[in-house]
Amino acid sequence: MTDLTKLTLAEARDGLAKGDYTSVELTEAHLKSMDAHRNLNAYITETPEKAMEMAKASDAKRAKGDAGKMEGLPIAVKDLFCTEGVQTTAASHILEGFKPEYESTVTSNLFGNGAVMLGKANLDEFAMGSSNTSSYYGNVVNPWKDKSGKDLVPGGSSGGSAAAVAADMALAATGTDTGGSIRQPASYCGIVGMKPTYGRCSRWGIVAFASSLDQAGPMTKTVRDAAIMLGSMAGHDAKDSTSAPIAVPDFEAALSGDIRGMKIGIPKEYRVDGMPEEISKLWDEGVAMLRDAGAEVVDVTLPHTKYALGTYYIVAPAEASSNLARYDGLRYGQRVMDEGDSLDDMYMKSRAAGFGKEVQRRIMIGTYVLSAGYYDAYYNKALKVRRRIYQDFEGAFGQVDAILTPTAPSAAFAIGENEGDPVKMYLNDVFTVPASLADRPLSRRTAAGSTADRQAV
Amino acid sequence: MSSLDKETVRRIAYLSRINVSEEGLSELAGDLTRILDFVEELQEVDVEGCEPLTSVADLTLPLRKDEVTDGNIQQKVLSNAPMTDAGCFVVPKVVE
Amino acid sequence: MTYILEGSTGPWEIVVGLEVHCQVISNSKLFSGASTKFGNEPNSNVSLVDAAMPGMLPVVNAECVRQAVKTGLGLKAKINKESVFARKNYFYADLPQGYQISQFDKPIVGEGTIILDMPDGSTKSVGIERLHLEQDAGKSMHDQDPKYSHIDLNRSGVALMEIVSMPDIRSPEEAGAYLTKLRAIVRYLGTCDGNMNEGSMRCDANVSVRRPGEGFGTRCEIKNVNSIRFVMQAIEIEAKRQIEVIEGGGTIDQETRLYDQRLGETRSMRSKEMAHDYRYFPDPDLLPLVFDDAFVSEIEKELPELPDEKKARFMRENGLSAYDAGVLVAEKEKADYYEVVAKGRDGKLAANWVITNLFGALNKAEVGIADSPVTAENLGKLIDLISDDTISGRIAKDVFEIMIETGGDPEKIVEEKGLKQITDTGAIETAIDEVIAANPDKVEEIKGGKEKMLGWFVGQVMKATGGKANPGMVNKLLRDKILG
Ligand SMILES: [Mg+2]
Ligand SMILES: [Zn+2]
Repeated sequence: MTDLTKLTLAEARDGLAKGDYTSVELTEAHLKSMDAHRNLNAYITETPEKAMEMAKASDAKRAKGDAGKMEGLPIAVKDLFCTEGVQTTAASHILEGFKPEYESTVTSNLFGNGAVMLGKANLDEFAMGSSNTSSYYGNVVNPWKDKSGKDLVPGGSSGGSAAAVAADMALAATGTDTGGSIRQPASYCGIVGMKPTYGRCSRWGIVAFASSLDQAGPMTKTVRDAAIMLGSMAGHDAKDSTSAPIAVPDFEAALSGDIRGMKIGIPKEYRVDGMPEEISKLWDEGVAMLRDAGAEVVDVTLPHTKYALGTYYIVAPAEASSNLARYDGLRYGQRVMDEGDSLDDMYMKSRAAGFGKEVQRRIMIGTYVLSAGYYDAYYNKALKVRRRIYQDFEGAFGQVDAILTPTAPSAAFAIGENEGDPVKMYLNDVFTVPASLADRPLSRRTAAGSTADRQAV
Repeated sequence: MSSLDKETVRRIAYLSRINVSEEGLSELAGDLTRILDFVEELQEVDVEGCEPLTSVADLTLPLRKDEVTDGNIQQKVLSNAPMTDAGCFVVPKVVE
Repeated sequence: MTYILEGSTGPWEIVVGLEVHCQVISNSKLFSGASTKFGNEPNSNVSLVDAAMPGMLPVVNAECVRQAVKTGLGLKAKINKESVFARKNYFYADLPQGYQISQFDKPIVGEGTIILDMPDGSTKSVGIERLHLEQDAGKSMHDQDPKYSHIDLNRSGVALMEIVSMPDIRSPEEAGAYLTKLRAIVRYLGTCDGNMNEGSMRCDANVSVRRPGEGFGTRCEIKNVNSIRFVMQAIEIEAKRQIEVIEGGGTIDQETRLYDQRLGETRSMRSKEMAHDYRYFPDPDLLPLVFDDAFVSEIEKELPELPDEKKARFMRENGLSAYDAGVLVAEKEKADYYEVVAKGRDGKLAANWVITNLFGALNKAEVGIADSPVTAENLGKLIDLISDDTISGRIAKDVFEIMIETGGDPEKIVEEKGLKQITDTGAIETAIDEVIAANPDKVEEIKGGKEKMLGWFVGQVMKATGGKANPGMVNKLLRDKILG
C-alpha cells in the first residue's frame, strides 16, 4: 500500500471516495507519522483518540452515502482555534489547561464537512512571531535543514501547522495570518499557504491577536488542496460582524491553470537592499514562468511599502494590548495569587507569569501607542499611513490582476538566529505585512518556491 | 528620538497589569525604545487629508434581532474558572 | 431665580453638568443574545461573549440602536447617522473583556435640549451634549466573604445610554428638575424604566463653583448617586465644600468623589494608584454603525406625544396654568389619568380635583398613581355630580374622602348616604323661616344695612340642612325674605 501520508488532500479525498482506503487507515497513518516526528514539536496537543473517533464516524457517514467536502481527511488545527473540550492554549502559559466550551466557526465548518482533527498545532505565543520560537511549549523545528545540517525555524506564527504538513504529519492544517503568519511559515517549510481576503473566514472562536488583521486560511501541500480546504473553512458568519456576507465560490473549479492574458504586477519597491541572491533569483524565475504561461508582466509601484512594517508594529500591538486584557486569571487560564494579594496583585502576577517576553513587549508597546498624549502621534498616524498603503494597492490593482512578490526577504534561518533584538525579527514580515494592512490575497506560494539551500529531512 | 525612561515603562507596565522587576524595567525600556525608533519613520509620511483606516472590511455594521438566543449556561461560563463559589467567580477582595 | 451660596468672602454660583446612565429597555444584551432580566441565578443570563471567552465577538442589537435613536429624537437632538463603537480600556473585576465597548468621539446622538419645569412654573432649557451607547459591567459583591469578592456577570453587556448634559445647571433644584424631566422623557418613550433605586438610571454629577459671571472653576465628579433627592443634596454639599476649600486659600483638584448620604459628605475616591488612562480606540471587532434617513423617520413615526408637547396642549386646549400642566405631565401615568378625568368635562375643574385632591391624598398615603383607589372614571363621575348640581362642592369633598377610603362609586355613595343636594324650594324655605324666627335681632341688623350678616344666615341654613341645601338657592331665598 502506498504511504498514505504522502498523498495530497485531493488525492486522499478521491481515494476515500473510490474506497481505496478508509479514513481510519488514513488517520492511523498520520498518527504514526506524528509519533515518528515528535522531535519537530509541531503539535502542542495530540488528540489521537478524538481523531480515531472522528475517523470512524466519518467512515460510517460515508457508508451511508453522505460525504462532506473534507470527509475523512485528517488535518492539524493551529492551537489558536478554540476546539470544544480540547485544550486550547494559543501557545501561552496563561491559557494552559483551558478547555473551551465551544467550537470555533472555522473548525466547526471543517468538522461539519467531515475533516478529522489530529491535534492542536504549535505556534508563536498568541501568534506573535515569525519563527515559532516564542511558544511556551517549546519551539517547532523545520522539517528541512540547511546545507550544513543545522536545524531551521519553521517560520511563524503558524509554524507548527507548516511543519506538520511539510513532514506529512497532517494532510493539511489550519493557519491564521495577521502579518504573514500563514504565508511566511508556508514559504519556510515549502508548502502552500494562503491568507484569504479579510472577512472570508469567520474569526469567531479564534483567539484574537489583532482583530482588524487576523484571518484564518489553509496550509496545504498544493494549490488545489488550498482551494478545497478554503472552500470548507470560508463562509459568512453572523457571529462575526466583520465577516463578509458573500457566497463562497467553488475555488477548486476556478483553478483553470490558464493565466493567458492576465496582467501580473511586479512592485519595484520589493527589491530591497541586501535581498539574498537566491530570493531575487527565485522571484525572477517566477516572473519567467508566468510570462511563459502567457501572462503579461507589468511593473507597478507601491510607494509606501517601506512604511508598512512600522504601521503594522503599531496597529497590531495596539489591538493586541486590548484583546489580551481578558487574560487576567479571573474566569479561565492561569492565576497566580499569594496570601493577602489584592486584585491588582493577582492581575500583575498572573499576567507576568502567564505571558512570554515577546507578548509582554507587544502588549506594552500597544498600551503606549494608545495612551494619552501618544495616540495621535503613533496610533492614529499609523492608521492614516495604513490608508496610504491601501491607496497604493488600489492603484496597482487598477492596472494589474495580480501582484507577484517574494514572501520573505530570506529563507528559513537557523534556530536562535535573529533572537535578542525584537526589531530584527520583525523585518521578516516586510513582504507579507503590506498585503495584510491593505488586504489583498497575494501570496500563493507553491512548493516550487522553496528556496534552494534546504535539504529534505 | 523617543527614548523611554524607567518611570514611563513602569507606568505602561502598570496600565498593562504586568509585573516587571526593577532590572526588567531597564531591559524593557531598551527594547521598547528600539521598537519606537523603528516605527519613527512613519512620521515622515505625508498624511494630509488622509482618513484613518481602521478596517479593510468593506461593510457597515450588521445589526442582529433583539431576541434572547443565549445564556442559561452557568456551568459552561464557570467551568474553566480558577476559583468559584455559589455560582460566582471569586477574586481577592475588592476595596472600593 | 438665581441660586447663590454665600461664602465668608462673598457670593458663589454653582455650575453643574450631569451624566446619566439609562439602562435601555430590550430583551437581549447590547452585544450578545443573553437575557437582560435581573434577579436570576448569578451568571445565568451570561453568554460566552459576556464572559469574554477567548475568540468571542460582539454583534450589536438593532433594538438598542433604535432605542438610542428614539431617545435622541425625544431630546430633540442631532442623530448621527454614522457613529463608532470604541473600546475604553481598564482592568476591573466586573469588566470581563478588560475594556468596555462604548462610544467616544463619534456618539450615536449629538447635541439636544431638555426643558426644565421649575416648581414656580417657570422653565429653563439645559443643553444635551451627547448620548452614546455602551455596555454595562457586571456586579462585584463584597459581603459574601471576608477575604474574597464574588463576581456575577448577569448585568455584563446590558445596553446603557449615557446622556451627558452641558454644564448649564445652576442649582440643586435645577438638577432635580433635569433628572425628573429626563426620567419622564425616557419613560414616555419606553426606552428606559427610569428607576433610580433599582439602578436602571444612575447619575454622576460634575460640580464646580465660581464667582457670579466668572469663568468655570475646576470640577469634581460625584459618582453613582442613586436618587434625585441625593443628587440634589450631594451637589449642595459638594459646592459648599469647594467654597470652603477655596475661601481657605486652597485649590480644587479635579477628581472623582463619592457621596455618603449617611454622613452627608462627599469624599475622594482617588486611590494611591496611578490615574486611569482609558486608551480609547475604535473597536476593531465592530465596524462603523451606519443608518439612513429612512431608519430615523421610521422611529420618528413611533414617537409618542412627549411631556413638553402634552403640557402645551393642556395649556392650550384645557386652559391650564403652566404649573398645573407641568405637574400633570411629569409622569405619563398622571397625564393619562388626568386626560380620562377631563374628557368631556371642565378641564380646569378636572385639573383641580386631580392635583389638589387626588395627588394630595395619594402623597399623604404614599401611594403611586397606578395604585390609586379612586379610578379616573369615578373621579370623573364625581365631577359630573357637582356639575349637574346633584351635590355641592362641599359634599363632594366628603364623598371623595369616602372614595379614597373605599374606592367606591360616587353615585352609589351619594345615593346610599342620602347626600343629594336639596333643591326643593319649599324645604329650603322651611329651614330659612326657622333660622329667621330664632334670630330676629340679627334680621334687624341686616335690614339696618349690615348686609354682611347674610353670610352668617347662609351658614346657619346650611348647618340646619346638613350641608345638603343648594348654597346658591339659600342665598337667593334669604335675600328675598329679609331684604324683600
Ligand atoms: Mg461618563
Ligand atoms: Zn458610561
